[in-house]
Amino acid sequence: MKIYTFLQQNDGKPNRNSLEALAAAQQLAEQTGGSVSAIVFGSNIETITDYDLAEIIQLQNVELENFNPLAYVSAFENLINAENPDMVVFGHTYETRDWVPRLSARLDIPFLTDCIGFKNEDEFVFTRQINQGKINSDVKTTGLTIISIQSGAFRLDSLKSGSASTREFTVDLSGISQSIRKGEKFQEAKGSVDLSRAEVIIAVGRGIGKEENMDVIKELAKALNAEIGSSRPVVDYGWLPHEHQVGSSGQTVSPKLYFAIGISGAIQHQVGMKSSDNIIALNKDENAPIFEIADFGVVADLFEIIPKLTEKINSLS
Amino acid sequence: MKICVLIKQVPDTDSVIKISNDQKSIEMEGITLATNESDSYALEEALLLKEDQGGEVTVLSLGGESCQQVLKDALAKGADKAIHLDDDDYKDLDILSAAKVMVNVLKDKEFDIIFSGLQSDDIGNAQLGLIMAELLDTSHASLVMGTEILDEKTIKVKQELEGGWFQWSELDLPASITIQSGLNKPRYASLRGIMMMKRKPLESIKVSELNLENTSSKSFVHKLYIPQKTKETVFIQGSADQVVDGLIEKLTNEIKVL
Repeated sequence: MKIYTFLQQNDGKPNRNSLEALAAAQQLAEQTGGSVSAIVFGSNIETITDYDLAEIIQLQNVELENFNPLAYVSAFENLINAENPDMVVFGHTYETRDWVPRLSARLDIPFLTDCIGFKNEDEFVFTRQINQGKINSDVKTTGLTIISIQSGAFRLDSLKSGSASTREFTVDLSGISQSIRKGEKFQEAKGSVDLSRAEVIIAVGRGIGKEENMDVIKELAKALNAEIGSSRPVVDYGWLPHEHQVGSSGQTVSPKLYFAIGISGAIQHQVGMKSSDNIIALNKDENAPIFEIADFGVVADLFEIIPKLTEKINSLS
Repeated sequence: MKICVLIKQVPDTDSVIKISNDQKSIEMEGITLATNESDSYALEEALLLKEDQGGEVTVLSLGGESCQQVLKDALAKGADKAIHLDDDDYKDLDILSAAKVMVNVLKDKEFDIIFSGLQSDDIGNAQLGLIMAELLDTSHASLVMGTEILDEKTIKVKQELEGGWFQWSELDLPASITIQSGLNKPRYASLRGIMMMKRKPLESIKVSELNLENTSSKSFVHKLYIPQKTKETVFIQGSADQVVDGLIEKLTNEIKVL
């Protein structure tokens, strides 16, 4: 199997999720007796020449220097049509989400996003999480297929080192549409909450029900001298500022204790907290995905447990 | 401004999901259905744009008969027209094929903007908006957290990137834009809206009766199953007092934060 994988670069360094995708591609090649070629846009390839690859394919073009989805799609369309790989592997990054579905439509080929693995049992299948992580779905495809790999699903320390030759692939992108014009990247004013240094995080999710109930969480956090984190819906509803959000679009944390209260544990939340030393999860739904990664679990109504717990902790000190 | 919003009906996020006997689908019996969360934000953004710029909002949903409910909810909130693509006898479309079916109905309608949620809460492909852009030859932007019309041919969008970064982009219209949740406050339907809804057009089209080419799926669900746990969770059980005592014991002796 001829496998192509794209190494997205950010600030001159390969994107972490892209390298995880490279690890996935290497394992795919091993299972199928195939080869891996890494595709790089731009001139900066020193950082990736130490991996076990059949080759590095370098595309140098002024239109590829900064992210332009339409130029990226055309470049890959040219490459794939010229070289006919069997599989193309990406990291499921925010950037690839902004162009690879379009590539799939342009080439009329299937694209399986956010895969967490693959296996060859009775058939070769890719595994995706559906219904917010409650169910795994094994999917098969026909013909040339694009997949993207979930952040954190493959480990960087499983990357095989080695050497790779480099060749150039030339594309003509002179007529590319400029109908999408990307501006400067920016960060909004940083808040005062630095969850990455917190030893204990009390994290609150949709289960809290309404803003007026937040005091239940604040009092527990005070009793445990903890910072307050949250899942995305709590921020979306305006119950906490964005700086409290943990997950793929918020902060990544690994405290000594992460106490998840009323958080179902969608994948986007888990990637931000699953490496915590200890995870306690309290949820009224025993099937909530958060319990898949929790060390300690409580299936209960948070309002019956948390105020009592706070009271008890306060009485101890 | 002619705006279309693509809306999906999905199991409510609190639903307990069970797998059907064929191991290829979800048991729908007893499941509460709702509008996909990011689609609600997409609809709100469309309604705000209409109020600001004038124009018309059409909502479209592909699914079984039940999905007329999410269309009716959208009409009650202020959308002007609804199109239901009834797939009851045309199931198991993968996302690329589903997009082709929608394009078949939308291609001659000359929308300035197609809004959709960034991904569905059930299947989570996170692809539809970009596939629509390619098939309809429009510009696109994904993960959008803000919009601003610059002139009749240009829209400015704020896109979310990883780790708290953002980026403004300008798009030529027509554009297909996928909306991230949280950028606005989706409204509730007013009583008047609910009364008005009954007089608004809701067109239902059977997918099997469309003149479709090249819409057979290229990806197929092989098997669904409950994920294996990566950790052995110790459950603390009993009355509220027993659970509290259990938690205090873990916090003190095992996690050592007390």
